[in-house]
Amino acid sequence: MTDIAAPSSPRGAFVMRHPSVLIFLACLAIFTVGVTVLSEGFGIGVLSTSFIKTLGKTLCLCLVALAMDLVWGYCGILSLGHMAFFGLGGYAIGMWLMYARTEMIVVESLSNAPLPPTPEEISDGIASQIFGVVGASDFPPIWGFAHSLPLQLAAVVIVPGILALVFGWLAFRSRVTGVYLSILTQAMTLALSLYLFQNDSGLRGNNGLSGLQNLPGLDSVSQDAVSMWFLWGSALALGLGYVFCAWVVSGKFGSVIRAIRDDEARVRFLGYPVEAFKLLVFTLTAIIAAIAGALYYPQAGIINPAEIAPIASIYLAVWVAIGGRGRLYGAVVGAAFVSLLSTWFTGGQAPDIVIGSFRLQWVDWWTVLLGLSFVLVTLFAPKGLGGLVDLITERRSPDRHGADLGPDMGSLQEREAEK
Amino acid sequence: MLKTLFTTSAAAALMAAGLPALAQDAECPIKVGVLHSLSGTMAISETTLKDTMEMLVKKQNEAGGVLGCELEAVVVDPASDWPLFAEKARELLTVHDVDVIFGNWTSVSRKSVLPVIEELNGLLFYPVQYEGEESSKNVFYTGAAPNQQAIPATDYFLEELGVEKFALLGTDYVYPRTTNNILESYLISKGIPEEDIFVNYTPFGHSDWSKIVSDVVALGADGKQVGVISTINGDANVGFYKELAAQGVSADDIPVVAFSVGEEELSGLDTSNLVGHLAAWNYFMSADTPENEEFIADWKEFIGDDKRVTNDPMEAHYIGFNMWKNAVEDAGTTDVDAVRDAMYGQEAPNLTGGTATMLPNHHLAKPVLIGEITEDGQFDILSQTEEVPGDAWTDFLPESAVLTSDWKELGCGMYNTETKSCVQIKSNY
Amino acid sequence: MRILARFFLATLAICLSLPAHAQNADAPIQQIMQENGALIAESSRRTIGPAIDALAASGLPAAQMLLERWQNKELYLNEETGLFVFGEEVDRDTLRIFAITDGSEIGVVPDDPYDQLRPNSGVRSMIGAALVQFQLNAPDAATRLTALDAIARDAEPSHLTALRAAIDNEPDAGVKAKKERLERLLTIQFAEDDAARIAAIEGFSGDLGVDVRATLNPLVATRLEVSETEPSGADIARTLTPGTDALPRAQAYNLLVEEGLTPPAITASDRRNALIANVENGSVAGIQVADLNTEAARDLAYAELARAGTVEQLATEADVDRALAAHFFFERFIGASPAVAQAAQDALATTEITVGVARFIDLVMDALSLGSIYFLAAIGLAITFGVMRVINMAHGEFIMIGAYTGYVVQLFIPNYTLSIVVALPLAFAVTFAAGVAMERLVIRWLYHRPLETLLATFGISIALQQIAKNIFGTQARPLTAPDWLNGSLVINDIVSISYIRIAILVLALLFLALFLFVMNRTRLGLEVRAVTQNPRMAASMGINPDKINMLTFGLGSGIAGIAGVAIGLYAKVTSEMGQDYIVQSFMTVVVGGVGNIWGTLVGAVLVGSVQKGIEWMTPSNTLAAQTYMILFIILFIQFRPRGIIALKGRAAEA
Repeated sequence: MTDIAAPSSPRGAFVMRHPSVLIFLACLAIFTVGVTVLSEGFGIGVLSTSFIKTLGKTLCLCLVALAMDLVWGYCGILSLGHMAFFGLGGYAIGMWLMYARTEMIVVESLSNAPLPPTPEEISDGIASQIFGVVGASDFPPIWGFAHSLPLQLAAVVIVPGILALVFGWLAFRSRVTGVYLSILTQAMTLALSLYLFQNDSGLRGNNGLSGLQNLPGLDSVSQDAVSMWFLWGSALALGLGYVFCAWVVSGKFGSVIRAIRDDEARVRFLGYPVEAFKLLVFTLTAIIAAIAGALYYPQAGIINPAEIAPIASIYLAVWVAIGGRGRLYGAVVGAAFVSLLSTWFTGGQAPDIVIGSFRLQWVDWWTVLLGLSFVLVTLFAPKGLGGLVDLITERRSPDRHGADLGPDMGSLQEREAEK
Repeated sequence: MLKTLFTTSAAAALMAAGLPALAQDAECPIKVGVLHSLSGTMAISETTLKDTMEMLVKKQNEAGGVLGCELEAVVVDPASDWPLFAEKARELLTVHDVDVIFGNWTSVSRKSVLPVIEELNGLLFYPVQYEGEESSKNVFYTGAAPNQQAIPATDYFLEELGVEKFALLGTDYVYPRTTNNILESYLISKGIPEEDIFVNYTPFGHSDWSKIVSDVVALGADGKQVGVISTINGDANVGFYKELAAQGVSADDIPVVAFSVGEEELSGLDTSNLVGHLAAWNYFMSADTPENEEFIADWKEFIGDDKRVTNDPMEAHYIGFNMWKNAVEDAGTTDVDAVRDAMYGQEAPNLTGGTATMLPNHHLAKPVLIGEITEDGQFDILSQTEEVPGDAWTDFLPESAVLTSDWKELGCGMYNTETKSCVQIKSNY
Repeated sequence: MRILARFFLATLAICLSLPAHAQNADAPIQQIMQENGALIAESSRRTIGPAIDALAASGLPAAQMLLERWQNKELYLNEETGLFVFGEEVDRDTLRIFAITDGSEIGVVPDDPYDQLRPNSGVRSMIGAALVQFQLNAPDAATRLTALDAIARDAEPSHLTALRAAIDNEPDAGVKAKKERLERLLTIQFAEDDAARIAAIEGFSGDLGVDVRATLNPLVATRLEVSETEPSGADIARTLTPGTDALPRAQAYNLLVEEGLTPPAITASDRRNALIANVENGSVAGIQVADLNTEAARDLAYAELARAGTVEQLATEADVDRALAAHFFFERFIGASPAVAQAAQDALATTEITVGVARFIDLVMDALSLGSIYFLAAIGLAITFGVMRVINMAHGEFIMIGAYTGYVVQLFIPNYTLSIVVALPLAFAVTFAAGVAMERLVIRWLYHRPLETLLATFGISIALQQIAKNIFGTQARPLTAPDWLNGSLVINDIVSISYIRIAILVLALLFLALFLFVMNRTRLGLEVRAVTQNPRMAASMGINPDKINMLTFGLGSGIAGIAGVAIGLYAKVTSEMGQDYIVQSFMTVVVGGVGNIWGTLVGAVLVGSVQKGIEWMTPSNTLAAQTYMILFIILFIQFRPRGIIALKGRAAEA
């Protein structure tokens, strides 16, 4: 229990004081190199491209889990809306991918016409190609920037950022906290996904944006290579995200947000602008989630409103809880572990269990197991998988003389614990 | 187990008996990918199709396989998760090296799979009625295009029931939207004024129908016969039909023709209040033909349940599978390009009588049936048309009217007949 | 078509060789049938008319029975002999057949040669119309009502005389009133005499019936016309000015084009085709083809072509204005003579306001009904969340369990009334037990960790949903209301509400009363309030907080189960039905104000009304209504975080 609120130190010292960051980065690097060597695109071809894509997507999920851990495990805001920001990031990048690819097709097909195409004809052609599916042929206004990659990349950050800022400002200003805030964020997610489900929303309704794995102008590059590029990109983003989050939570800022988690009123009495801190964390994590989404959906190939459904955000909370809140590697491990396990179980690879005449198929029962294990983790192992690390390193929670470790029992900051 | 052993040895014996000339380019066993959701929201519909495929593969193996090879069904579960469909399709084509895929139900899952199938030059048979406006080189659409379901049903409303005012009710997703767009311009071309077409979209699983049904009843106030064309999907139908019954709307007052209500959906409803309402499909279980009787008997035996019903997408898989088998035998290989060429003009018997033909636009020519719901959850077939050729691009939307699809002659699925050029070789997803 | 071909072959066969049923084939009714056999077998509304008329006009006593049984799909055609018989199915392969002459039984035969004739509902209603003459004076009142229905659906001028003749000797007063009303409606439609029609129209003044409006509206139908001279005559409904809402400029101009009064406008694609047609040596009108890649350049090139006279001049705005100004646009009555049309228009105008008011009342009733459904779904939450402050995200799944209990009960008890009577308490018992189990096993460990309660109950919710899917499948299951709950309370043709919704409203009010009674008047309620406010103090007063918490949670869950049965009756039973209500239920409780049952009530009504209001504003998109409703609630909570009825003082801090 030494200097929790230590002033931020020079960079070298930061890494030295956080060996877990180095360990994590090393693991990530080894993983990436290993996958590259084993891949079809650049290596010996042991891992299939579809599995590479799964791994790449898992890295993105780890990144959004990091964001969730920051906002929930460290700041105590149980947001059930971060997958909405994730999805918005995907939509933003998806718009450019669809537009640019369709533009090439349209320009190509119009180049044979007797008259050279006018910009209006090209634009109409793209619109009817993209929106023909939903029975429309005009560009909605929100596609105004879709032609430009830099603008859409900016939108990946700006649109979810502004949504989080406005929503957070309204909610925190009204002192909506705790479970109320959770339900409110869930309602926001629901409203957003219902809105996107409408065909009139201008984002192709239920069909969403598809064909995102084909990068415009790179038709000749095989998906074996593209999937590796995205894996590298995702690994890089995860590494940077991890360092960034570790830096955020290590300094004085980190101490304040943990204090807000443990007792908001006291922090307010101490003179800190609690709302501003919460708003900053909420918006920041929304942006991280959006970046993760922008990397995820080109690998998934399609984004549609079902991805934003409230259940997705709940699963995000499940990953973080199972991995262990309030420690960054916990979130990463939880997301990777649960989502890969989920893939394995629902993929039909897991052997069925035969109990007498009853045949337990994991495809059917996996969700039940997940739900129940979630209950068990909440009840008996609030530290999640991260608790195993504590067992090994013999780290214990600080003795608070019988009092709880704050409102979120599972949240544990590693430096706070005692050897 | 014994049976499999027997068929394997039978197949081996056949091959030994001097048929090696037939076993050309195919690597045994021939793998048939089955890409249907076994969990999640679509599981109930798609599991049936997975079982159908397993039954067809089993029957074919008992009949000696294809090209002297045993067929093997490779089943994966995309879990009603649309991105997962793309991933699983890639896995089927690259990891399992399947020769053909039968799969998908929803349009969005098909759109998700399309880029992968086209990239890896796979072959997909899609068995469900859909909104059209698509033609992929690598997909054969064995379900109905709008002109094989929606347009004939609308004609039936106009001509047989004298409907003058239309309520187009649908769930808010792509199939109802596009179908209703097509129907709107079709109706306008038939002289129905725009103000006599009422359109409403509801969310998936909608349950509070009172206002919408009142609105529909109120349409009758100007003395015109009202008819409802329903593209309402799945569960939402339960509440809709209950509300119709509660407001005392009978099929004689306001007939409803549904495009997404089949035998399977009716099993979730008490049909006594629905008698007389209509559905349009290419197949009804009540069709009285020997092929259908055999198919139903096989199905009940395979599934081991006497109460299970058959439905339209099952027939689509039946036709698709038979055509693919014939095409493979004609081509003498399972190579995708060769099989595709052999598919054009391929014929296979319908379960409702007559034969279905594969057209160069990758759609089928098959008959359209209109049925009335009966008390026992089945359909009374009121009319059956001649074979209607499926149309990939509808003639009733201005952007699509100029497009045509002909993979055999033109080698293009999106050919603009006005500018005489191919818009694109890949499909629009 | 196949049937038709076979029919001709069969007819041929009869002519050549005398068939076995000779006496049958000679009967006059069979003769008529044979004459019209092709039409009857084709069975299309467009062509069937003569066949039905021939039968109806034959005057044969057997005609009525034949028409009736044909309408009931009991008529069969023997494809081998070409003769018609009545039949009823014995089993899948055999048929009991009867003679069409007198309905006497012929025998039980294999069904192979027999084709059932299945008239579609269009044909059936035509048969019904033909049967009217036989049925209007039938001894059985039900048959007479059938005839009246048939007239109402498919009226013909001949019905008017038949109906008038059948009024006087009508014994049943109710039927007589219906006949009289129908007679007046037919008078409006078919009477020769304008005065009689106008009198009948005036007689209906203020009547809201859909049938009246359906009769009147065709009379006031108009056609938009255009002429170069000022129109005159009594049949001019109104004149229109182009550029107004009633007649947009584009529509007016299109009309002129259609009438051939102006040349058609030139579209972008016409222009492009004209340019393509005039390409010479890689340029159009002196402009290089490669430069025609903007709209402006194409306009210029086209204008050049037009100046050279190669193509038609584009119509400018001024041209359009001139053309529109030179013509008169007006609507002409085409439904009836001007006097009748005017009378009908006046009659419709008087009902217009009443219809509007009735619509509004209907909307309010819909809103109340939806509010009561939300209230019913939320009332269990008002106990567990509102009183105990326990977040139970599995509340929706308790609703689902209740509904599935109802379904399972109906599997065992086929009588719908009895099964509902059994299902309600059983659903309560099952969900009460589930709630108690959940409280004991999970929630009581988490009373001081609300966020974790939320997560743990989410886990339970996910697991319960999947278990339901594994047991019952994802397909909706039927939960059928008893007959006395079917149908609706009809106040007039606009305002009506189904009995099942009334039942839900009553149930909701009952539970409100029960809640108030339990909380304010019983020892349990007292103890619950004590435990909620201060568990330690309550414990020291001899109350067992554990037991009270358990019972309260069980009560809240049990009510959710009953709500499940009610919701399943009016909508559907699926494993995901709980999800449809959980967010709305929480919203209802939060909007109303946590911890106050009246708040929940107000919240439910507010949420229901807002949703219906938005639905009314966006009639074609119900999904939008739900989206905006949730947005509205989010904003509402931001500005009034404690809800409509906020607790004050110490209770608010609990």
